[in-house]
Amino acid sequence: MQKEAAIREPLILGHKSYHDVTEDVCRPIEDKAPRMWYILFGIALIIALYGIGCIVYLLGTGIGVWGLNKTIGWAWDITNFVWWVGIGHAGTLISAVLLLFRQKWRMAINRSAEAMTIFAVFMAGIFPLIHMGRLWVGYWVLPLPNQFGSLWVNFNSPLLWDVFAISTYLSVSLVFWYIGLIPDFATIRDRAKKPVAKKMYSILSFGWSGRAKNWNRFETVSLVLAGLATPLVFSVHSIVSFDFATSIVPGWHTTIFPPYFVAGAVFSGFAMVQTLMLVMRKAMGLEAYIHTKHIEYMNIVIMVTGSIVGTAYITELFISWYSGVEYEAYAFLNRATGPYWWAYWSMMTCNVISPQLMWIRKLRRSLLFTFFISIVVNIGMWFERYVIIVTSIHRDYLPSAWSMHYPSHIDIGVYIGTIGIFFVFFLLFARYFPVLALNEIKTILKGSGQSYKEAPDYHKHH
Amino acid sequence: MAEKVIYVMYDDEEVLKDGAKSLVSKGIKIADVFSPFPIHGIDPIIGVKNTRLGIMAFLYGLTGLMLATVGMRFFMVTDWPMNIGGKPNFSYLENMLAFVPVTFEFTVLCAAHGMVITYLLANKTLPGMPAQNPDPRTTDDRFVMEIRLSDNHQSNEKEIDDLLKNTGFVEIDKKEIN
Repeated sequence: MQKEAAIREPLILGHKSYHDVTEDVCRPIEDKAPRMWYILFGIALIIALYGIGCIVYLLGTGIGVWGLNKTIGWAWDITNFVWWVGIGHAGTLISAVLLLFRQKWRMAINRSAEAMTIFAVFMAGIFPLIHMGRLWVGYWVLPLPNQFGSLWVNFNSPLLWDVFAISTYLSVSLVFWYIGLIPDFATIRDRAKKPVAKKMYSILSFGWSGRAKNWNRFETVSLVLAGLATPLVFSVHSIVSFDFATSIVPGWHTTIFPPYFVAGAVFSGFAMVQTLMLVMRKAMGLEAYIHTKHIEYMNIVIMVTGSIVGTAYITELFISWYSGVEYEAYAFLNRATGPYWWAYWSMMTCNVISPQLMWIRKLRRSLLFTFFISIVVNIGMWFERYVIIVTSIHRDYLPSAWSMHYPSHIDIGVYIGTIGIFFVFFLLFARYFPVLALNEIKTILKGSGQSYKEAPDYHKHH
Repeated sequence: MAEKVIYVMYDDEEVLKDGAKSLVSKGIKIADVFSPFPIHGIDPIIGVKNTRLGIMAFLYGLTGLMLATVGMRFFMVTDWPMNIGGKPNFSYLENMLAFVPVTFEFTVLCAAHGMVITYLLANKTLPGMPAQNPDPRTTDDRFVMEIRLSDNHQSNEKEIDDLLKNTGFVEIDKKEIN
């Protein structure tokens, strides 16, 4: 057992025993779902079904039903793709990078943040797939032997790198998440009274028994997976940024893109974690595990990554002038003062100014304010991608090709629909899965639990 | 052949660890420990060797690296040197930079999945496997030590019981298993 400094705020409030931790996490799964859950699930399901309807209509009719045109070939689809992938960066960052840095506060949020990651990357994956128009030939992105002659996919293309990056990220995040879930499913299995639940959780828990050797392997696998997932987190959004940075479109062709995209991804991901956690801790009575200190830590991450993003925006702006390339300079002038000025200034306000408010301790420890800012950041980060994608390509080298993008109702329906599908998954997760990493929380109970830290013999040698 | 197994239950991992230490120093072999979370420091006491899964992950990673390199060399250089802007891929080395992202991703993919599959097989944890923990509370807040009489021919059951008395256990259970 590891001890920590007395001045550190405890991570688990109240007087909890190991059994209390199990009770607190398992009770919401074993009890009947509250009425509110059914209401939220119903709303999410209706939105999801509407979104699926829009996707089916799109596939049946063709991507002309989107507001795209010849000049603006990428618009909401890729905006939404990058937005969702960005959101999907917090989970693995929390569980992998923070594990390597031995940040114990991650244990309160890693499970649900990882669930969020997986569902978000899943939503992201929908967009490039349906953008193909012919979803049924989607497997052509894989280097499979075929009868078209010696026709292989182009490994020089960042779009193909993206296929590998996203699928690796999704599948590795999924197994990382599941490896941690197995022992917790075993806890639920051993408590289950109803035969159906017992059967289900016993299949999900893979017959986990908690032997010393199993735990020895478990810890090594977690550590090595964290070590593998850490560069993966950084590589995925770097590669997403290569989709733009390797092209010669003014406004896209910048070397600052990879680090700036990664910082932006972490920024938006943590904002989404805040939005979800603030509601979940209240709804599921987990205030003792996810409390003000955890929210504060996440706000600090939001502040730091937000500052990196702000610096990147301003650097980009400066370099566009300093480079002396008039096309570059025009692209940025057009962003700020052209027909999409409102998108640019929404992005600037939401992403540059709002995280700076987190310097004030009172504000970053205020739950209501955090919730508000987390929504603001998510809106801002959506606008960032819209600004980068649409305003950069709506002006071309040839003025006769200049155009505007107006979203069709299918654009809006598919986007809103993915938010619905995301919440359907997340609500199912919150209902049937252990939302806290039980086995990890228990390891820090004696080191970081309030009642243990305040006990008179805490600082004596054991 | 049926053999007798003693399951000793504790409600605190530190108490179990101290108990295990004193038993081992008396020459008792502890077959296994079941716990709801990893007990740090128990492995050397009961003689569990450190896992070699990390080495396996490295080997799987190397396999991925090799497959990606060989594959992309075949696709892009040997089989069809793709001509981009009048610059065909004549050799792997000249074009290697473009292949770095996929090589990295594929290495991670193979290392991660290879290790996880090995982990699940080595643990014998697969969908549908029966749970083997002796008491359902060992996944909640109890810690169980398993002592097999067949491992401890030097002492009889009575002697082991006497030694256990001072370790502060909360329950003791004896079972005949096959």
